[in-house]
Amino acid sequence: MASYSTNEFRGGLKLMLDGDPCIIIENEFVKPGKGQAFNRVKLRNLKTSRVLEKTFKSGESVEAADVVECNLAYLYTDGEFWYFMDNDTYEQYQADADAMGEAVKWIKEQEVCNVTLWNGQPIVVEAPNFVVLEITETDPGLKGDTSGGGGKPAMLETGAVVRVPLFVQTGEKIKVDARSGEYVSRAKDD
Amino acid sequence: MDRLRHVDDWRPGTSFDTLRARACLLMRIRTFFAASGVLEVETPLAGISFGTDPAIEPLRSRFIGPGYARGLDLYLQSSPEFFMKRLLAAGSGPVWQLCKAFRNGEAGSRHNPEFTLLEWYRPGVDENALMDEVTALVCAAMEQDLPAEYCSYAALFRIHLGIDPLEADTGNLRDCALAHDVPGAEGLVLERDGWLDLLMSTLIEPLLGRDGLTFVTDYPASQASLARLAPDGRTASRFELYWQGMELANGFHELKDAAEQAQRFERENCRRYSAGQVPMPVDDALLEALEHGLPDCAGVALGVDRLLMCQLGLDDIDQVLAFSFSRL
Repeated sequence: MASYSTNEFRGGLKLMLDGDPCIIIENEFVKPGKGQAFNRVKLRNLKTSRVLEKTFKSGESVEAADVVECNLAYLYTDGEFWYFMDNDTYEQYQADADAMGEAVKWIKEQEVCNVTLWNGQPIVVEAPNFVVLEITETDPGLKGDTSGGGGKPAMLETGAVVRVPLFVQTGEKIKVDARSGEYVSRAKDD
Repeated sequence: MDRLRHVDDWRPGTSFDTLRARACLLMRIRTFFAASGVLEVETPLAGISFGTDPAIEPLRSRFIGPGYARGLDLYLQSSPEFFMKRLLAAGSGPVWQLCKAFRNGEAGSRHNPEFTLLEWYRPGVDENALMDEVTALVCAAMEQDLPAEYCSYAALFRIHLGIDPLEADTGNLRDCALAHDVPGAEGLVLERDGWLDLLMSTLIEPLLGRDGLTFVTDYPASQASLARLAPDGRTASRFELYWQGMELANGFHELKDAAEQAQRFERENCRRYSAGQVPMPVDDALLEALEHGLPDCAGVALGVDRLLMCQLGLDDIDQVLAFSFSRL
């Protein structure tokens, strides 16, 4: 099994800790002048996103996590799993709800997402930073209002609800920041 | 991928203001010793032997030339201690030195594999008198009056962790680390002194030297290093100086017993061997000097780069070195 010695530790390195894949955020070398050296490490659990700290004896080895990131196109969902495909190899992957997380709210078919695979299984699916989605339902706004002040809720084709300016109408496509869930602009039809 | 922390920049890591502050600091140190009548010396940075401390690994070099057609292994010294003790045994009187020191495997925000060390020895003086002089030196070098406080290693552990570091066994120390939520303690396999080091560097060190200089005294006998032991054999006449949560200096009332020194070398080399580390070539010249007679003396080594970090409030050693390890 592949492993890394503490001397290989650096930001971005992926390790197995307590059965979960983790990524190193910070690695600090700690050593008394005359005594045992340690690596004090801050990591993020890639499954739960939780940040944790660990101390390792310098020189120890830790199991490497077989984690890769790739771009996969979203195909469809059967309600239980969300199916993705690598457009180069045509290999297909299925992600569960845990792996999808917030991404379910923002992606529609053919959207290419950054997917983290652990041992070949999707564990994190990230929606693109900006997505273009159609409004399926929103109250008709007041005519002539172009200020964008106030706003109203709008249901998108993926089921997500965002606040949009009053002048935006059902059937229009809008650009949304998937990280914050905020309306950015009307999208040009293309 | 070999140079994990490599900074892709040809420029120095310091500002020129910092370089000027470093130059002034070195000048004030020289002024201090010139006024105190201690002899400035230089000793070899590359030697044929090396200390046996399992926690200190050498950077190596190799001489090939007259007399050594097949080459001679050299060890870049982790401190000028052994050479300076040979000077003392030969009758030099008080000596001081500013030099580079080298340690393999040590690189981080407070460690550079080569660093600047200030080391000095005072015959006829014990560690208490030397701590006073360390305070005077640091105050002179920092151009400020810093209060000094003193606390024994055992008292620190009792106050901050409620445990006696001289009595507690390995299990007690591990439980203490777990009780104080030292991250990852549950997965660590350490010897007794390793647990003490973990507790010290994780839970105690950050609290030391907040309002001035803190001297930690009376280290456990198991961490005596090159200090003589107290008459009861439980503690060593060793001190460390902390300022702003940073370890700055280490001093001893020096061990002068050649037989005990030889024994410590051998014991440490045995520990090296059983831990899978290479045993170090013992410094026979030092042992001969001790047999000849080292004057009763105390000595201390102080990290100058770290002192400059404290002076300027910087938290990465890269900021006080023109070209740190990551910029080679």
